[in-house]
Amino acid sequence: MEAPRIDSGRIAEVSHGLDRAEVESREKVFSVSDLSVAYSGNVALEGVALEVHKNTVTAFIGPSGCGKSTFIRCFNRMNDLIPGAKVSGTVLYHGEDLYARDVDSVEIRRRIGMVFQKPNPFPKSIYDNIAFGPRVLGMKGSLDERVEQSLRRAVLWDEVKDRLKDGALGLSGGQQQRLCIARALAVEPDVILMDEPASALDPISTTRIEDLMHELKRDYTIIIVTHNMQQAARVADMTAFFSVLVDDDGAGRRGILVEYDSTTKIFTTPSDKRTEDYVTGRFG
Amino acid sequence: MSSASLPATVQGGRPRRAWRNRFFTVAMLFCMFVAFGTLIVLLVDTFVTGWPALSSQLLTGLPSTVPAEAGARPAILATLYLGLLVLLFSVPIGVLTAIYLEEYANRERWWNRMIEVNIQNLAAVPAIVYGILGLAFIVRGIGVGRVVLAGGLILTLVVLPTVVVASREAIRSVPDSIRQGAFALGATKWQVVWRQVLPASIPGIATGSILALSRAVGETAPLIMVGAITYVAFNPTLMGPYTALPVQIYNWTKQPDADFQTLAAAGAIVLLVIVLSMNAVAIFLRNRYRRQW
Amino acid sequence: MTAADVTVARSTTALPRKRIRWGEQVVHLVLFIAAAISVLTTVGIVVSLVLPALDFFREVSPVDFFTGTTWAPLFLDAKFGVLPLVVGTLVISFWSALVAFPLGIGVAIYLSEYAAPRATAFLKPILEILAAIPTVVLGYFALTFVTPFLRDQLNVQVEIFNALSASLVLGIMLIPTVATLSEDAMAAVPRDLRDGGYALGADKLQVSTKIVVPAAVSGIIAAFVLAFSRAVGETMIVLIAAGQLAQITFDPRETIETITAFIGATGNGDVPTGSIEYKTIFAVGLTLFVMTLIMNLISIRLVRKYREVYE
Repeated sequence: MEAPRIDSGRIAEVSHGLDRAEVESREKVFSVSDLSVAYSGNVALEGVALEVHKNTVTAFIGPSGCGKSTFIRCFNRMNDLIPGAKVSGTVLYHGEDLYARDVDSVEIRRRIGMVFQKPNPFPKSIYDNIAFGPRVLGMKGSLDERVEQSLRRAVLWDEVKDRLKDGALGLSGGQQQRLCIARALAVEPDVILMDEPASALDPISTTRIEDLMHELKRDYTIIIVTHNMQQAARVADMTAFFSVLVDDDGAGRRGILVEYDSTTKIFTTPSDKRTEDYVTGRFG
Repeated sequence: MSSASLPATVQGGRPRRAWRNRFFTVAMLFCMFVAFGTLIVLLVDTFVTGWPALSSQLLTGLPSTVPAEAGARPAILATLYLGLLVLLFSVPIGVLTAIYLEEYANRERWWNRMIEVNIQNLAAVPAIVYGILGLAFIVRGIGVGRVVLAGGLILTLVVLPTVVVASREAIRSVPDSIRQGAFALGATKWQVVWRQVLPASIPGIATGSILALSRAVGETAPLIMVGAITYVAFNPTLMGPYTALPVQIYNWTKQPDADFQTLAAAGAIVLLVIVLSMNAVAIFLRNRYRRQW
Repeated sequence: MTAADVTVARSTTALPRKRIRWGEQVVHLVLFIAAAISVLTTVGIVVSLVLPALDFFREVSPVDFFTGTTWAPLFLDAKFGVLPLVVGTLVISFWSALVAFPLGIGVAIYLSEYAAPRATAFLKPILEILAAIPTVVLGYFALTFVTPFLRDQLNVQVEIFNALSASLVLGIMLIPTVATLSEDAMAAVPRDLRDGGYALGADKLQVSTKIVVPAAVSGIIAAFVLAFSRAVGETMIVLIAAGQLAQITFDPRETIETITAFIGATGNGDVPTGSIEYKTIFAVGLTLFVMTLIMNLISIRLVRKYREVYE
């Protein structure tokens, strides 16, 4: 094994995430090839290819404007909701084309859930927030049980069990985000996408969310976008580094995938100089 | 710090500035005074003039050629019926139109843009033109006749743009993050609208609807064209002739006899009470449910 | 009970295929129909005005109509010159604008630049109340209070039915319209512009009149145009207080007749369907509709312009 080129002490403790061989031995959940996204003709992301495996945490890192959020939204077809957005290339979900013409994009989102950067609880009670998904999807079984299970899995149950009927907007930022995670869990997804889930939270709440990710990955596949490199180093098994390519005439900016590898490798012995520059803080 | 140390220009300018400021402040207060003063004079004058004629006879009796015996019950009832009809028609149509324009319509399409512009124009059409529309189509055209239903339909059209605009604003003020969160759970568009967006916009919609209703109830011009007759001495029914309170007031005002003028003032008091209490409710709702997102 | 204890039953098999959600389709259709009602209304208005008006113009030459100075449609020797009505309408609108514009702007500047928030919270609802007074009550007030007041207290020799009383009351009624729209326009002016003025040593008066008002001018003009359009279309106040004598005069103390008053009085009466008198309603109504439509389009353009500048 190559001696680490980068002093990993400088980046803070790199988690003992799975190594690449272990990750690749697991079932493939997503397989992306030659993916590009354009908004009303402006290319935001170009030529991305990578694979995401079951029960792992994958992080997308990179400077702002490199298309990480755009990319993560491709996994649950949320880009469909933006008029003028065009996705080309292939995204396979368990081997099937996610963007095939006859795929029900609404149903997809039940299986591939999402948590947003700014916690967005509905202006309803805590109970109704969690219950919303199961209700609109017509899920059978005891709603009360489902709500309790989801809140337990999101490590929020003990804090709110006595006030389920209270408004969700009265919770703190960290609690609201865990509520949103519980809400996503309630519809029994397969994958959970998190777009900068802790960037609006204080450090203690952030740590809780990260611990939660470690727990959740036993049952779910998790993809997160983060601008916090240390966070990626702490939670992710695989990390993808994105960057911005500026056109020759300086007018267009496109996001591209630079390097995708196990977290340890990205943060200690990256193959690409651009990656090295970014993770050592030389730019971005 | 003595004023002698300041530059001469600043010193010299001050008295003139002070005069100008004073004059302007007086002018502004004068504007406020005229506007609100007139309002007060109007309310007081109407109240004082009409008070003697305000009696249970007025409220519950039938009209008569003798001022002392005249009542406005049919007119008041008709006004309430009309209000109910307007509420029944304008709110659903208006809210559905607003939902369509805000959540469903693709702005690129020309027909959707045309619908938007169209509603803006309708809001500025004088009420009497709606009366002409009613005259041509409903009363004499299709021939429903000078009935309460016709009046209700026309008044609905008059206030529909107001309801649409108010509902659109209420819907627009719901943050997009709520919609995104609901979509991300696998909800369909209608589920998102019906279960998240609409419930959150109800206060705004209610306020706008009540304000529209209060306007409809006070409208006279379309009703003059479309049906309200001069002398109605029976309770109004949906498909029967009628007269409404504003029209009754107008008719009384037209009579030269001073007693009828008093009656008109009394009728005006009743109408003002109805209209202003609706406005008060709307303002109260708006303040109470002002959402902090 | 940890996350690991819970068995999660999820289907990770075949991708859900698209199925037609009939409910969604029905909803979309219903919504479109609701929106289409407004279009149908406009079509109805246009049809109900244009067709009978065309009929009218087959009997009366448009030239006579638009340039004639005598309006006497119900006489034996009927004359159909619409100018007296148009002049009457414009005279009323002019004088009410004279009242509404300065007073409205004054109120707007006060609310926007000078008033404390608590005062504003108190005054704005009162302005709304003024705007909510039914026009029939305003007409009654004009006839029974303002006219006698002008005659007896101010010694102005007005006729019983005169343009002045109606204009004054109409002008006051329009103050809220002018004030709220102008205030919106002024509120949209960014703080930075004001701060820049203050930083140069200007006082509140100078900042308000020389910086804010000019910056908000297209919105203010839009307010003026809208208020004027409302004055043109107003019926009850003029019907009750201004009279029904169609004559060309610019003296507001005299009796006149506006377009709207004519329509209202004629529509109310027992005019036989299909008669020439009946058709005058539509020809005159069409004239009114076109006038207000043009003014409204101008106003919309102006509002869009001031919104664009700051948003």
